[in-house]
Amino acid sequence: MSTETLAEIARAERGTSLWADAWLRLRRNKLALIGFAVLSLFVVIALLTPWIAPYSYQAQNLELGASPPSAQHWLGTDIFGRDLLTQILYGGRISLAVGFVATAVALLIGVTWGAIAGYAGGRVDAVMMRLVDILYALPFMIFIVLLTVVFGRNLLLLFLAIGAVEWLTMARIMRGQIQSLRQQEFVEAAISLGLSPATLIRRHLVPNALGPIIVYTTLTIPSVMLLEAFLSFLGLGVQPPQTSWGLLISYGAETMEEYPWLLVFPGLALTLTLFCLNFLGDGLRDALDVRGARD
Amino acid sequence: MALLQVEDLAVSFVTRNGINTAVDGVSFTVETGRITAIIGESGSGKSVACYSLLGLVPRPPGRIDGGRALFEGRDLLQMKETALRRIRGRDIAMIFQDPMTCLNPYMSIGRQLMEPLRYHHRVSRQAARARALELLAEVGIRDPAATIDNFPHQFSGGMRQRVMIAMALINEPRLLIADEPTTALDVTIQAQILKLIAELQRRRNIGVIFISHDLAVVADIADTIVVMQRGRVVERGEGEEIFQCARHPYTKKLLAAIPSGSKAPRTEPAEPLIRVRNLCTWFAPGRGAAPVKAVDDVSFDIQRGEVLGLVGESGSGKSTIGRSILRLVPVTSGKIDFDGIDLTALRGRELKRMRRRMQMIFQDPFASLNPRMTVYDTLAEPLLLHGIHSRKHVAQGVLRLMDDVGLARAFVRKYPHEFSGGQRQRIAIGRALATRPEFIVADEPVSALDVTIQAQILELLQALGREYGLTMLFVSHDLAVVRHLADRILVLYRGEVVERGSGDELFERPQQAYTRQLLQSIPGATRGF
Amino acid sequence: MAGRRRGRLSVWRFITLRLLQAIPVILVVITATFFLVRIAPGGPFDSEKPVTREVRAALEAQYRLDLPLHRQYLSYLGDLARGDLGPSFKYSGRSVNELIAAGFPVTAELGLYALLVALVVGGGAGIIAALKPHTAQDYLPMSAAMIGICMPSFLLGPLLVLVFGIHLDWLPVSGWGDISGDKVLPSITLGAAYAAYIARLGRAGMLEVLHQDYIRTARAKGLPQWQVVLKHGLRGGLLPVVAFLGPAFAGLLAGSFVVETIFQIPGLGRFYVQAAFNRDYTMILGTTVFLSVLIVLFNLLSDILAAWMNPRLRAQYGRH
Repeated sequence: MSTETLAEIARAERGTSLWADAWLRLRRNKLALIGFAVLSLFVVIALLTPWIAPYSYQAQNLELGASPPSAQHWLGTDIFGRDLLTQILYGGRISLAVGFVATAVALLIGVTWGAIAGYAGGRVDAVMMRLVDILYALPFMIFIVLLTVVFGRNLLLLFLAIGAVEWLTMARIMRGQIQSLRQQEFVEAAISLGLSPATLIRRHLVPNALGPIIVYTTLTIPSVMLLEAFLSFLGLGVQPPQTSWGLLISYGAETMEEYPWLLVFPGLALTLTLFCLNFLGDGLRDALDVRGARD
Repeated sequence: MALLQVEDLAVSFVTRNGINTAVDGVSFTVETGRITAIIGESGSGKSVACYSLLGLVPRPPGRIDGGRALFEGRDLLQMKETALRRIRGRDIAMIFQDPMTCLNPYMSIGRQLMEPLRYHHRVSRQAARARALELLAEVGIRDPAATIDNFPHQFSGGMRQRVMIAMALINEPRLLIADEPTTALDVTIQAQILKLIAELQRRRNIGVIFISHDLAVVADIADTIVVMQRGRVVERGEGEEIFQCARHPYTKKLLAAIPSGSKAPRTEPAEPLIRVRNLCTWFAPGRGAAPVKAVDDVSFDIQRGEVLGLVGESGSGKSTIGRSILRLVPVTSGKIDFDGIDLTALRGRELKRMRRRMQMIFQDPFASLNPRMTVYDTLAEPLLLHGIHSRKHVAQGVLRLMDDVGLARAFVRKYPHEFSGGQRQRIAIGRALATRPEFIVADEPVSALDVTIQAQILELLQALGREYGLTMLFVSHDLAVVRHLADRILVLYRGEVVERGSGDELFERPQQAYTRQLLQSIPGATRGF
Repeated sequence: MAGRRRGRLSVWRFITLRLLQAIPVILVVITATFFLVRIAPGGPFDSEKPVTREVRAALEAQYRLDLPLHRQYLSYLGDLARGDLGPSFKYSGRSVNELIAAGFPVTAELGLYALLVALVVGGGAGIIAALKPHTAQDYLPMSAAMIGICMPSFLLGPLLVLVFGIHLDWLPVSGWGDISGDKVLPSITLGAAYAAYIARLGRAGMLEVLHQDYIRTARAKGLPQWQVVLKHGLRGGLLPVVAFLGPAFAGLLAGSFVVETIFQIPGLGRFYVQAAFNRDYTMILGTTVFLSVLIVLFNLLSDILAAWMNPRLRAQYGRH
């Protein structure tokens, strides 16, 4: 009997879940798909850089100096005769790493914090969100500058500092989600079934809060990358001999009158990446029907 | 000549998935000084038909495919937008369903009220204000001079709808289109607004189109009734005609769906399953503020196998009582005794064990199901949680539940958003019955559904109640539904029980003024629904 | 009348409440900045030529570095209360107050022009796009906005200089108020990203509002489309933009660091970055506190503006 019913269930028409629906909508969004493809390519390239870079990272050719794009150096060379393509590839590793790692930091802290505040409610929520409010009002850009001055420029600090700024919005979004979900009747129904809090969170709250979190994560990465580039441009972020797109743009800006390609190509790399991320984020937002994930 | 003569109106929507015909060859007329009611369920095209007359259907995706709409001899459908604008708000005015969202929250009601007058007739600010004050007084706003500069959120729902009506009438239109103007309101308020509309219509001798999903609502006021189904007019006639001798099966179904009559008295011996004593559930709105006494010192019994009806308007605390019994909201004080067990004292594992014996059916079938879970997951969850079936045999249990609530087995792997409102409510009922509870709280289980679906769900609930031997607390704002279903009724007002008794006792010999007021507010009461 | 008076009262209540909330924020800023700077490795005089012990002691006494930390903190708070940000470590003989007084007006002017660019261009583009969604009228400004968001100011600035300053030679490429037209490129550079954000916010807000029931009511009154949009749509639609002004201001100040560096503008942002490089602690401390207070106040202002525009929010604060 039970095998019979199982067979019946297996035969039953399969429904389309909201995730499948979203995927269908996303697939219709060409820009988002292109964004995703280009981005994936960049990530793969960044991972393989040490093996595929045309020149060694350190190799200088002072005789050559700054030269425009040519057959040997597709994107030209900088004033030390270093291959610009190689520089951009290595810079991309750092820029993307900062983008992903700092966003992961923000995601981890923000989602945990927001979920706890939203689920606990009452006084715990009030205290936790009050803290977020206070931190929100702090001028963080200035603080990051200050931090780099105090602790010197190092990559780990950059990850932490940027992650520490971005988690606030993540926490707010997560809390808002959990709070509005908690008032939904299906959560009340789950409580009245006698579900334990852990199961309630796992089965009913998290899957429904995931959409906005995914969207916001996608949109946080570009703003983090922008922040890193900003600091590096000011000379407060990544330090030589390491490089990042922000740093390359900053060097390029100094010599743009004579050697404009040194500004244009790193700028293109950064802008293109940000484009892809934003298109993907917008596409996901539309596909998952998330409103006001970034107000 | 008729004030408005609509002939063969056809409207469709062009969507990504093809062309969707919303209105298909609809004809009706409106005479000066008479009310034409258009009745139909959601999706019947009744609103689209009326909005398209005034060019208020967004185009695209909307598209008028044909027909004529002669207003005082001129075809509205052929008019340019500029010409139509001169008619909108001046000769033809509208009122809408939800007075909260239909008034601009950022603008004082006075300014909104004066706007049509100032725009169409270039009246001076003082003159417009004076006229607005007059109209506010006419629609029954107390002390208009003091409230004219207030914002919409400072008014109650009923008062907001009065403002909307005043706004519609300020230019002395000759035709008023009212789109479900009372659906969002409490019964007693609904009765007042209906009376107001009928009165104003008579006094000003204007034509009215009254759009509603509820035949009973229009029973007292409509001169002509047009019944729509799936974009077509299926029946039309004078008000009496329709109620006395409806011909079309759909109209008959609508009429039959209006709940009527009382339940036969119970013969089983009374043996209380639940005893509620001095229940208080208060909510603290914020630090230092006085608590909101949602439920205040309420005592009652529910007999085993009985359906106890709980009626009251919004804010009466009727839902809170049900949630208090199920321990979904914290109880402030009092005792709830369930088969000899004090529910208010239960914690943790004991509470979980009790939850198996009492379940809830919620109002909004769109919100009460987890959108990310299939029917299978939703129904299997309680079965597995309480160990009713082992993982191996749970499929069998799920399918049997689906049979019980009348859902095709083939739907078992579908998600809530793929179902209609009625089907969703069946899933929700299945989930509540999965644990084979003795007691069910049904919180307005049919108020979000169309009338005909409402009747089906009520029938299902009754049948399952007998089959499962359920004791039920049936919470509703709708007296007729409660009378139809409940053995005894409690009337709640502002957190307190004001009257209790069997359906017949309450309906025939109401003791309290509030109960009498409620009864008089039931739409179509004079027709004996 | 009663309703009106209640409305006004609650606005004051709201302002007072928010002002009180701002106090702990500002205190946190001051305290955190002070101690961060103090635990920074390396003293302020390390990089200069070695000085004798006596000179060093004298210098430390002058800057009150000889006192215990908590005394330094308290005396700094005391100075702050009097509006005294102390002397600069690097520019001897000049106080931080003087430096801020010299740099801030320039930065403020730049920020104001940038904000103007952002509001006019961004707000306009957002409204225009929302009027006809999913047409060229929508896609064109929104694509421009996307470019604006993905093109950081430190890239846009040099590119603008390259094109309009060097190749076309239309506009001066540096300075502030020296040659006519030298304020154009910096203002655009700083304002562009915010114009883009505001365009997107404005579009989303307007679209949301234009789908509301009360817009249908306004159309049913027979009002022409432009009146419906301007009188009924604008206020609700631009609320998110107003709420964004606070964060935008903070961003503009930070952005001015970059823009002032690119265009060599003698503003506060450039001073700040230089101070950061020079480890001019009192200058960093003073500027951070000054800018933070400014940002907190501006956040407050934009919140108040948003509340004033939204009668429901007003009522919410009137009730408690």
